[in-house]
Amino acid sequence: MNVAVIRFPGTNCEFDTQYAFERIGAKTELVWHKEQKLPKCDLVVLPGGFSYGDYLRSGAIARFSPVMQAVKEFADKGGYVLGICNGFQILLESHLLPGAMKRNEHLHFISKFQHIKVIHNDNKFLSKTEKGEILNIPIAHAEGNYFVDDETLKKMHEHGQIILKYCDANGEYDNPNGSVEAIAGICNEGKNVFGLMPHPERACERILGSEDGIKMIKGFFD
Amino acid sequence: MKAIVDIYLKEGVLDPQGKAVHHALHSLGFRDVEDVRVGKQIVLTLKGEKSVDEAKEEVAQMCEKLLANTVIEDYKIEIVP
Repeated sequence: MNVAVIRFPGTNCEFDTQYAFERIGAKTELVWHKEQKLPKCDLVVLPGGFSYGDYLRSGAIARFSPVMQAVKEFADKGGYVLGICNGFQILLESHLLPGAMKRNEHLHFISKFQHIKVIHNDNKFLSKTEKGEILNIPIAHAEGNYFVDDETLKKMHEHGQIILKYCDANGEYDNPNGSVEAIAGICNEGKNVFGLMPHPERACERILGSEDGIKMIKGFFD
Repeated sequence: MKAIVDIYLKEGVLDPQGKAVHHALHSLGFRDVEDVRVGKQIVLTLKGEKSVDEAKEEVAQMCEKLLANTVIEDYKIEIVP
């Protein structure tokens, strides 16, 4: 499997992301945001970080990078795209995913391990996890307060687009940042574009405290 | 010509910054504050000969494309000739 990892000015999780995918046997390639074409790949990952210093709004300026046009065309043709943290914010700003991010409810930058629950696994990304499974994955963000209007939310529920929610260790309600319905991750209607605030690449070996992230990204392997 | 753009979270979208400022003002004894919304202001200096309406139209496009995220934000444009 070939994975293209996009790098914007201010991206800082690109090497962790490469490391995690290479651990499961993928070939990875860094792609600079000024590229107008993507290399031949099976998955495009927009990694975490602070593209363009989060100026204006997180992801707002990265959206207009030349490579994003290629990412959009790739996604429109059914190609798999995964946005992690700042990558998720870029996908929202690009309208490849519905909704928007606000500052965390209590305005703090949150950096900690957080439990999340698999709501739907009938998609490629979470196909190797169980429905209802509780995963332990680090979060690290200041703008992860997911917002979407009621009408869109209803449609997202109907199409199984709400794929991950924050929870506590027992799977009970927990909401670290004030997101609507404690949503941690979503996908598009076509189930080929995924975004989540937690960082699976930071939970890819036991020494890091959790291997649950491997279970997630493995889904992209057939 | 200048364009002054005010951007706020839409009515009905909870404003975490506004809420925190509201709470702080209450703690300081300003108990008559009923609501606080925190926004941002972007001031653009425009060149070229344009009417106020043309400038407003152009700045509106800038807001739709980049300056505001219309999923959660409203904007207000004031043109100062």
